[in-house]
Amino acid sequence: MKPAAFDYLRPSSRREACELLHEAGDDARLIAGGQSLMAVLNMRLAQPKRLIDIAGIEDLHYIERRDDHLAVGAGVTQAELLEYPGLAEAVPLLAQAMPWIGHWQTRNRGTVCGSIAHADPSAELPLCLATLGGQVVLENRRGKSRRVMAEDFFQGVLTTDRRQDELITEVRFPLARPGAEYRFREVAMRHGDFAIVALAAVIDSNRVTLGVGGVADRPVSRELARHADPSEALNALAWSLGAEDDAHATAAYRRQLIRELGRELIAGGPSDEENAHARQG
Amino acid sequence: MHARADQRIRVTLTLNGRERSGYAEPRTQLCDFLRHELGATGTHVGCEHGVCGACTVRVDGRASRSCLMLAVQAEGRRLDTVESLAGEEGLSDLQQAFRRHHALQCGFCTAGILMSCEEFLDRVADPSEAQVRDMLSGHLCRCTGYTGMVQAVLDVARTRREATVPDSQQENNDV
Ligand SMILES: Cc1cc2nc3c(=O)[nH]c(=O)nc-3n(C[C@@H](O)[C@H](O)[C@H](O)COP(=O)(O)OP(=O)(O)OC[C@H]3O[C@@H](n4cnc5c(N)ncnc54)[C@H](O)[C@@H]3O)c2cc1C
Ligand code: FES
Ligand code: FES
Repeated sequence: MKPAAFDYLRPSSRREACELLHEAGDDARLIAGGQSLMAVLNMRLAQPKRLIDIAGIEDLHYIERRDDHLAVGAGVTQAELLEYPGLAEAVPLLAQAMPWIGHWQTRNRGTVCGSIAHADPSAELPLCLATLGGQVVLENRRGKSRRVMAEDFFQGVLTTDRRQDELITEVRFPLARPGAEYRFREVAMRHGDFAIVALAAVIDSNRVTLGVGGVADRPVSRELARHADPSEALNALAWSLGAEDDAHATAAYRRQLIRELGRELIAGGPSDEENAHARQG
Repeated sequence: MHARADQRIRVTLTLNGRERSGYAEPRTQLCDFLRHELGATGTHVGCEHGVCGACTVRVDGRASRSCLMLAVQAEGRRLDTVESLAGEEGLSDLQQAFRRHHALQCGFCTAGILMSCEEFLDRVADPSEAQVRDMLSGHLCRCTGYTGMVQAVLDVARTRREATVPDSQQENNDV
């Protein structure tokens, strides 16, 4: 289908973008890479009166390694972040998880911040941000910026703490801690589909932070003590997320995946290569 | 820039090496602009929501779905479509490999797939089969299947590698 008609605006600064958002109220939508929004517009699931394209804002195009985090500006595509030379060393979880986001072709245009803004409960980037305890930076038309922790930012299916006149300017992924290990696993119908269950883990000597995507209405991250046998903790986690049946999988299957993949992930599971092979399916 | 919904906006871009312009409403998808306004009907349109990959073109070199882009967003960009591949000498090496390996039947998906494969081959000189399959996962082919395509891409990667002789050797050959 074709989108319903809308005005198209391309501001050249953040301030102008926020001003336009404020002016138009609920009638406006921002567009970044368009890899989620254009499908929604084409199917007329949304019919905004104004589309505000952030592609013309020059100073959003940066990846910066700072003291304790990697900052990714709203102009950066998923492909560009994946190609960032120090990624596997700076934020190893991203290097493992990002190849699972859609396809080569969608990553060429889809942005990192757009995925965070969209807040799909099965999406990989929100899961990584929540598991690592990262932050979202938002700016309003007065040029005021605020930072929100991932756990407060994601509030439900496609629902976030972003206010109507705010632009996400940057997301911050904490840098890898020495001694910690980072692991990611996902099960989807086919590679490139949204996850049925995705798990991300940060493994320290005495504890495990386990993030789960695709089950609750948002990515959920929990700390588990690093017992010899994590089965009980994983079972409790699996039951706590309110899994539901849908077209892709039953709730029982999702709980089982959390238990099985969780155990594998914590134990060290199959290598990345086996993982890569499995996803060719 | 502020374009009203009912306004027809002039869009100028470089299509397959030539500057071209046409008019588009804000809501006009890039694929429709290419086909209906510029007459470049080589690019096909399947699902119109980003899933099938039939509409894939290269935007500033990057394989992208032209149904998920607006014509107005392509202003000033370099676009390459399937029409860019064959030259005066006939089909390109990749197109010939697709024919040789029976990588198409109806050809509906092929125009998009070729554009992804071209970007992929530019970036990954020595791909594994798994990498090729991963790249192809962004496309749906409903009648041929993917085995022939995988073989065609690996084949072209090999011949292109062999053709890029290091500079020093090239000089010797010339002598
Ligand atoms: C075939 C296909 C498969 C896919 N598979 C996956 C997958 O497996 N996993 C996955 O995570 N994603 C997947 N996606 C979606 C992913 O590609 C998108 O890139 C991502 O969800 C949105 O990023 P975008 O830049 O394209 O944002 P857009 O589509 O432009 O915008 C998405 C939403 O975010 C808002 N927004 C965007 N940028 C900002 C900003 N800076 N500030 C405030 N609001 C903003 C927009 O208003 C809109 O509501 C898939 C898409 C396709 C087409
Ligand atoms: S028509 Fe664009 S992806 Fe199917
Ligand atoms: S050749 Fe017919 S759909 Fe691919």
